[in-house]
Amino acid sequence: MKTSLRRALLALVSSLLFACATIPPGTQPSEADPWEPMNRAVFAFNEVLDEYFLKPITSVYRFILPEIVRDGIYNVFGNYNDIYTALNNLLQGKPALAFNDFMRVMVNTIFGLGGLLDVATPAGLEKHKEDWGQTFGVWGIPAGPYVVLPFFGPSSVRDTFGTVADIKSDYLFTYVKDIGLRNSITALRVINARNTYYEAGSLLEGAAIDKYTFLRDSYIQRRAYQVNDGRTTDQEPLMPPYENPYE
Amino acid sequence: MLKVIAWGFSLFSVVALAQGVTSPAPAATPDMSTPDGMIKAVVSEVMASVKADPEIQKGNIPRIVELVEKKIVPNTDMRRTTEMAMGVNWKKASAEQQTQLTQEFKTLLMRTYSGAISQLRDQTVQFKPLRAAPDDKEVIVRTVVLGRGDPVPLDYRLEKTATGWKVYDMNIMGVWLIEAYRNQFTNQISQNGIEGLIKFLQDRNKALAAGKAS
Repeated sequence: MKTSLRRALLALVSSLLFACATIPPGTQPSEADPWEPMNRAVFAFNEVLDEYFLKPITSVYRFILPEIVRDGIYNVFGNYNDIYTALNNLLQGKPALAFNDFMRVMVNTIFGLGGLLDVATPAGLEKHKEDWGQTFGVWGIPAGPYVVLPFFGPSSVRDTFGTVADIKSDYLFTYVKDIGLRNSITALRVINARNTYYEAGSLLEGAAIDKYTFLRDSYIQRRAYQVNDGRTTDQEPLMPPYENPYE
Repeated sequence: MLKVIAWGFSLFSVVALAQGVTSPAPAATPDMSTPDGMIKAVVSEVMASVKADPEIQKGNIPRIVELVEKKIVPNTDMRRTTEMAMGVNWKKASAEQQTQLTQEFKTLLMRTYSGAISQLRDQTVQFKPLRAAPDDKEVIVRTVVLGRGDPVPLDYRLEKTATGWKVYDMNIMGVWLIEAYRNQFTNQISQNGIEGLIKFLQDRNKALAAGKAS
């Protein structure tokens, strides 16, 4: 049953890949995105998946659960993710930040009712977000070409390996023995993640001239910024200073 | 990861010029002649208006657009924003097209901000120390929006003009707005020409005004 479902999905993905592996005529090739035809096909698949599956489920989730419960769920997963942020900060050679993140987990677990409340932020322990992709970036591995992953969305070659490492090192994802429990937790995590941009999603639809390009260019910028911990805006701007050459 | 898409999407969950209050209380009158003073003043003014107006909290978009037009637009240089997003194509546009593009792009962005403002809750804004020399003509004012969820870095790029400091680019969570639009503009122009881009923006703005997403 499970394999047949997987096969059906695989067939759907691959047929989409071959069916519409084209880019809109007139699109300027982007240096960062040499695999644009394939990426656009996967993007289209993800969009359909979101429209008919993930988004409807999330709206039911929002209908059933009051905001305070959703916030609690968000905080619990956030608290759990802080453990991995601490780990990655350590791997990136930032022990002070790692200690900050570790303290966040302690404070929120003990004083925040097991992570339901984020009491560490108001207490002055700033929240960070670090993952394996960023760690690889700090180690000097370039992002490589842009990649859209089925289900996971925007990524790069480096961040694809990062995502694999994230999953492999994730306790809830990899080491929970009870499959039913593990799947339930994963489903809740996915819905929680989708819920965080539920309202923003429609704003983005309205603002985008071409959503694919918009997300791609934003993703590439954002990841560079994250790897540098935002320092680029401090010393040298991500974009060179403007000289107004167009007027 | 889905988180990653979430970052992309939440770009615009974050409110443009308008989130939260400045540190303890708007101490004295903020100094409009400095870039950070100007941002502080606008942010706290907009925030106060949102808090004082139940219609805005209910999501009355025309009302919010009115607020944005009055408080935010005068402190921006949308012509410069549009010009930078257009890149080399700017020169190829006629003077009239340039005006139209600026107008339509402004409407699109301001409508997006208005949507974001309608989602404002109890956010506060923290200002980072300004790193600029007194004679700088271009500065970046860095802020962090704190509220529910994760802290959101929000930076403003300003230029000094004859009529004071004007915002012409913003960085939301590491993404510069102009940079995020540049390729979209280029593609639309190479597909349908400058007229095509203008028409696209006009149609989109009409659809948004009528309450449809696209």
